[in-house]
Amino acid sequence: MDILNALVAFANFVLVPGTAYGAQLALGALGVTLIYGILRFSNFAHGDTMAFGTMFTVLITTAMQSAGISFGPMPTALLALPFAILCTMALVLATDRAVYRFYRKVKAAPVMLVIVSMGVMFVMNGAVRMFVGTDDRRFADGERFIITARDFKSMTGLSEGLAIRTTQAITVLVAIIVVAALFWFLNRTRTGKSMRAYADNEDLALLSGINPERVVTITWLIVAALATIAGTLYGLDKSFKPFIYMQLLLPIFASAIVGGLGSPLGAIAGGFVIAFSEVTLTYAFKKVVTYLVPETWAPEGLVQLLSTDYKFAVSFAILIIVLLFKPTGLFKGKSV
Amino acid sequence: MSQSHNHSPSSAYRAPLYFGAMAALIIAVGFIQSWNSALFILNMGLISAIMALGVNLQWGFAGLFNVGVMGFVALGGLAVVLVSTSPVGEAWQAGGPRVLFALMLGVGTIIGAILLWKKLAKGRIRALIVTAWIVAGFFLFRAVFDPAVAAIEAINPAISGNLGGLGLPVLIAWPVGGLFAAGAAWLVAKTALGLRSDYLAIATLGIAEIIIAVMKNEDWMGRGVKNVIGLPRPVPYEIDLQQSEWFIGMMQSIGADPVTASSIFVKLCYAGLFLAVILLLITAMQLALNSPWGRMMRAIRDNEVSSEAMGKDVTGRHLQIFVLGAAICGLAGAMMTTLDGQLTPASYQPLRFTFLVWVMVIVGGSGNNWGAVLGGLFIWFLWVEVEPIGRFLAQVLTSGLADDSGIKEVIMDRMVYIRPLTMGLVLLFVLRFNPRGLLPER
Repeated sequence: MDILNALVAFANFVLVPGTAYGAQLALGALGVTLIYGILRFSNFAHGDTMAFGTMFTVLITTAMQSAGISFGPMPTALLALPFAILCTMALVLATDRAVYRFYRKVKAAPVMLVIVSMGVMFVMNGAVRMFVGTDDRRFADGERFIITARDFKSMTGLSEGLAIRTTQAITVLVAIIVVAALFWFLNRTRTGKSMRAYADNEDLALLSGINPERVVTITWLIVAALATIAGTLYGLDKSFKPFIYMQLLLPIFASAIVGGLGSPLGAIAGGFVIAFSEVTLTYAFKKVVTYLVPETWAPEGLVQLLSTDYKFAVSFAILIIVLLFKPTGLFKGKSV
Repeated sequence: MSQSHNHSPSSAYRAPLYFGAMAALIIAVGFIQSWNSALFILNMGLISAIMALGVNLQWGFAGLFNVGVMGFVALGGLAVVLVSTSPVGEAWQAGGPRVLFALMLGVGTIIGAILLWKKLAKGRIRALIVTAWIVAGFFLFRAVFDPAVAAIEAINPAISGNLGGLGLPVLIAWPVGGLFAAGAAWLVAKTALGLRSDYLAIATLGIAEIIIAVMKNEDWMGRGVKNVIGLPRPVPYEIDLQQSEWFIGMMQSIGADPVTASSIFVKLCYAGLFLAVILLLITAMQLALNSPWGRMMRAIRDNEVSSEAMGKDVTGRHLQIFVLGAAICGLAGAMMTTLDGQLTPASYQPLRFTFLVWVMVIVGGSGNNWGAVLGGLFIWFLWVEVEPIGRFLAQVLTSGLADDSGIKEVIMDRMVYIRPLTMGLVLLFVLRFNPRGLLPER
């Protein structure tokens, strides 16, 4: 029995990566849920918007690196991020003006907008790959670890190491700041309140003089920022590979629905539920179990519930369970 | 769908005109590139048309939003392997019955869980019992399943490593592919129909990813990413034709090269088979849609509330049409794998197999079966030809640069991705300016 080592192993392989992944999913799901709440459709282009934003970050980071600008121990990408957000905002607003606005004017059915977003997804997907190709790009620089496994072992004298990568810590920190700012904006500012009023009851909001186009514009701006940040953090943590972002669509949608579509708080909760379920169910618990049970009981197999290739199945299964038993999600989102 | 255009009286000639133009495009490819590429476009175009018919049935006639086409198509492909390849006797001995038993255990666990949920009184105890039942069932399943899979995959992994199929004629696999897809569709529809349309979309998106993940990882079934090649064919092999007296004689009498002619002959055989399937499908669908059943479906699509008030079982009918549409996609998937002669699970990409089919349906004209066929042929043609055209344009535009210049190389290299870009633009333009498509619903 070695509870301490088991705990450290668990933290190292499940808790830390799960938290970082959860924060990334939560930021992605926030974008989806805001679009759903204000513009009332499921945006299939969100994954590729994230890819686009990350591409801007990667390109600007590269330019900065070659110009000799660096951020000390922190990744240069963090310096590039604000500029990338501005680029993505411009792109997203242009898309809205050129594509989505028409369908709002003719009051098209929400499902039409979903199909339109599919077209936008196609265009963005092709454009990203034409600009930067499909190669795997690592653009994280600076210090790689806050604590390496070896330092941790020598510090504590335990046989298990706990490594925390800089990108993981940055992910969580940035996510906390962004979420706090977003909630402050939605709950405390006049514009944020008008957004919530519009999401709650469109007619009543129009009646009280809220300008719908302004609300929509601000929503897109926030979504562009969220998508770029989520994409960049994911790319920093793993790597930037354009088609991966399209695959993220499923866990992101699952997070938003599990939390309750249209509910920002729900999106965050949903992100962490999905992330931890994925990581826990696909982690091989052999090491942890070996520490916990007497030596003769040590497991022979990997003690892995599902192969990692089935991680999509986990988000999907949770999604189905929620749809069956609580279709409005954990935090009472929009109607069914 | 939100706009209606008044079409000129010439709309009666529209369909023959467009199909004529489509035929001219394919024949032009025959003259400019080669007859082999023209027939390749035609054959895959016909298969795409069948996929589009399936999606059109769901979307055009019932307003159901299915973005899991890829999964149903892949299941059709799996059916070809499971039906037409010959069984691997050793593998069956090593663990065949045990795998089947494990699968039955798995299904039994789920059915048992559903029964328990229905029978027991509501409350926390019910939730606990059902959860415990599922967890116990999962571990029992894994305990029976894992050793059997290991035993099967250990047999001759370089060439088989799976159970193989039933060794039946490959044409039988086509309807079986449809059945597989229908089964999966029934499961999705049972959970997600009756909720918001977006939820069905996400659920189908998910099931498609899972089907592909299963096909990639369960090597005992279809060899996973190790692929199955050399699937049996319903048509003669080129090499046999080239050695048969009558074929050589026939080709000599018309003055054709037997080697090229044999490959064209094989493709023509496929085209004939596919055309027969399309005609059969369209006839059946037109009959069904002009029957009272079809009118009811359209009534439900146009106004669910009033149809429900008339006593129509909206969710039940949706379930029916969703399963039928998915079955058609599965059939098309089986046909495609047969044409390819191989099953490569890694080649299934949502962009190509789900979203492209949607472009076909929207561009062709949702709610019109002939439109779906035209859209399938035309969009497939664009998908294939847009790359060489883009390359040509890029060549012209960059003609000022030296051939070995880095910029030019990159541009040429990236021309592949002009495909999704163009498809997206086509979709957006059609939705905006001609939302009823090339051949609108009457």
